[in-house]
Amino acid sequence: MSTLAVQDHGAVHHGEDHGHHHHDTFLTKYIFSQDHKMIAKQFLVTGITMAFIAMILSILFRIQLAYPDKAFPLMETLLGRFAPGGRLDSNFYLALVTIHGTIMVFFVLTAGLSGTFSNLLIPLQLGARDMASPFMNMLSYWFFFAASVVMLSSFLVQKGPASGGWTIYPPLSALPKAMPGSGMGMTLWLISMVLFIASSLMGAINYVSTVLNMRTKGMDLWKMPLTIWAFFLTAILGILAFPVLVAGVVLLIFDRSFGTSFYLSEIVIGGSSVQPFEGGSPILFQHLFWFLGHPEVYIVIMPAMGISSEVMSVNSRKPIFGYHAMVYSLIGITVLSFIVWGHHMFVTGMNPFLGGVFMITTLIIAVPSAVKTFNWLATLWRGNIRFTAAMLFAIGMVSFFISGGLTGIFLGNAALDINLHDTYFVVAHFHLVMGSAAIFGMLAGVYHWFPKMYGRVMNEKLGYLHFWLTFIGAYLVFFPMHFMGLGGVPRRYYAFTEFVEWNKWLSVNVFITWAAIMAAVAQVAFAVNFIYSIFWGKRATQNPWQANTLEWTAPVEHVHGNWYGEIPTVYRWPYDYSKPGAEEDYIPQTVPLSQTMSSNVQHDFEDNPAGLDAYAKFTAAKKSSEEVK
Amino acid sequence: MMMANIEQEDKLQLAPKKFNMWIFIFTSFMLFAALTSGFIVYSGGHGTGINIKLPAIFTYSTILIALSSVSMYLASKAARELQLQKQRLFLWVTILLGVAFFALQTYAWLVLLPQMGVFFINPNASQSFIYVFVWIHLAHILAGVLLLGNTLLGAYRNKPQVKNLFGMQMSSIFWHFVDIIWIYLYVFLLLNQY
Repeated sequence: MSTLAVQDHGAVHHGEDHGHHHHDTFLTKYIFSQDHKMIAKQFLVTGITMAFIAMILSILFRIQLAYPDKAFPLMETLLGRFAPGGRLDSNFYLALVTIHGTIMVFFVLTAGLSGTFSNLLIPLQLGARDMASPFMNMLSYWFFFAASVVMLSSFLVQKGPASGGWTIYPPLSALPKAMPGSGMGMTLWLISMVLFIASSLMGAINYVSTVLNMRTKGMDLWKMPLTIWAFFLTAILGILAFPVLVAGVVLLIFDRSFGTSFYLSEIVIGGSSVQPFEGGSPILFQHLFWFLGHPEVYIVIMPAMGISSEVMSVNSRKPIFGYHAMVYSLIGITVLSFIVWGHHMFVTGMNPFLGGVFMITTLIIAVPSAVKTFNWLATLWRGNIRFTAAMLFAIGMVSFFISGGLTGIFLGNAALDINLHDTYFVVAHFHLVMGSAAIFGMLAGVYHWFPKMYGRVMNEKLGYLHFWLTFIGAYLVFFPMHFMGLGGVPRRYYAFTEFVEWNKWLSVNVFITWAAIMAAVAQVAFAVNFIYSIFWGKRATQNPWQANTLEWTAPVEHVHGNWYGEIPTVYRWPYDYSKPGAEEDYIPQTVPLSQTMSSNVQHDFEDNPAGLDAYAKFTAAKKSSEEVK
Repeated sequence: MMMANIEQEDKLQLAPKKFNMWIFIFTSFMLFAALTSGFIVYSGGHGTGINIKLPAIFTYSTILIALSSVSMYLASKAARELQLQKQRLFLWVTILLGVAFFALQTYAWLVLLPQMGVFFINPNASQSFIYVFVWIHLAHILAGVLLLGNTLLGAYRNKPQVKNLFGMQMSSIFWHFVDIIWIYLYVFLLLNQY
């Protein structure tokens, strides 16, 4: 009876033949869908689109940096008034840097990453039919979509998009007259961010509630895959951090549009000091911004960590090394991320004692980070490694996290930061540790869970090409920046070659730009692979990677409610790979211990005295039978 | 049929939805925590407090909102005991108290504070903060009144008791929170008067 009704429902796929109890129209299935799997795909496609846009922006300003004195007539054709005479307008350069950062941090690595994989995996890996509130989930996507549209629309206004940097520090952002980008463009930026925060919060509320309330039978917290732990803690970070940005932004809007003086003090624009502002504190904004801003970088990296942990364990055919340590490190990072925001403000005239406190908390974050890194490497150690495209990207994520993380120790030091602040050293650091690492985690997730999303597998060969070009490209782009930074080259300058002492770095800039162009071209391999595989890729089997987690027990075709009939029960943790004595090198979470007597170990029965008794009897019987032999 | 039943169970998911409300309250709390922290950073850094005695009207509005919490509690109690008449009555009382609170706060913002020379556009941002606190809290009051209205409408439409109770729980969680947040803000302002 039940299967009959369900198959009816599945038939909706083929067209007009609707199931009789649940009418899906094109609008409710593809546009205003409340199904978490469809919403995940919406987030992914929007996120990838935004990523390509932001990448093209970065190529534009990279060309300016490499050839500051050269005119490219094509630029004027493409950009019109933003590149008069074929040379990028200096204000537009700042706008490009700002919007590149904003899109990458928020729209790609927050919404694109968490939005896609939390939505896809939380219900599927926990054994839930959908999110706690599917309606709110839908709203979350559409707020995100609206935010994206508003953000991009700022390219259409006369004076161009916001250009005060993605951190939008006042007074630049608070005075519409301060620079062209502080006018309408800044207003649109603020509107977009308010929509974005609403989207993010609705998503995060759903994730937390679903993880805590809707796990299937047997799925206690310590049986959750590390992906879920990462998404769960990421959502908690978002819930605690984003409202603080709202507070900061609200006060900024009052300063911009109502004439209050929260952030603005006596100020001179164009030689006239007749401004109504008095007594405000720009540092207040930095406190509010970075109280969000620092947790934000962990919102970006933690999902990537979770995805990489899962992908590396599956493809090493080994249990993740130190599962509990991994979880406790994530928790440690979550807690610590709230007490380190001051390290972004070392040079604001902060009390050196306070700087010392922030320095210590910052450097302590190295401990859980190092624990995680060690565990990833130990997971690979003597593993039966399968180099799938997803695996390569996961390993790449670890590589970037190490090389970018090491420079964090320099920057977290209040004394060294006086030298390094606002130089290319910072740019190199965060592009490796949260930019490249997080995008590699996201790509690992795309390659790994593509079969779950589209029922097909992505092309491996193109995946390898994509990986190697991107991996090498990213290092070629960001590694030389360390040396520029140590040489004192400041970030965000339109043409630092105007200063004689930095002239010698121009050749490095040319090198970086060509590496960036190569890496950008490599993304075409991804785009082609992604789109081609959606329609014509090799059909996936139900469990293409032979993984243990629950999502692979769900049918390949998508059904509302994820599983036909009852939701599977969970009996074991998700990392029983290559367990000695087992018939195969993986044991899905749905296999009860009673079916794997030969591979059980005493440790499996820690909270289960009855099971332990049965296990003791079994081993005793085995021993005596061996003695008889 | 079976599938339909399963979907029915899933669609209700009342407990997780109630949990959503609790988390939402957390986000809201963080917003007010950020604003008051901002106040502390600002006034601590500048040595400029509010420097006025707050008008007495805030005490009266505080009494009103506290009373509305009592009537909200009585409405929930009546709903649990299936006394629909009483539930509606106390919901009405709560909504009216909420509206009265809104009116008093608006009066304070439009008339009293400007009369005292405390303006929103002000070189002493500590004073501007009073307005920000009041407005953002009033936005919450507005949302709360709408939520209460929705629950009241449900009570008139004789919803099933499960849904009626669910609606009551959702709105009382939120309403009590809005009440407590105002008391927090008021005490915070009182302590920072000078």
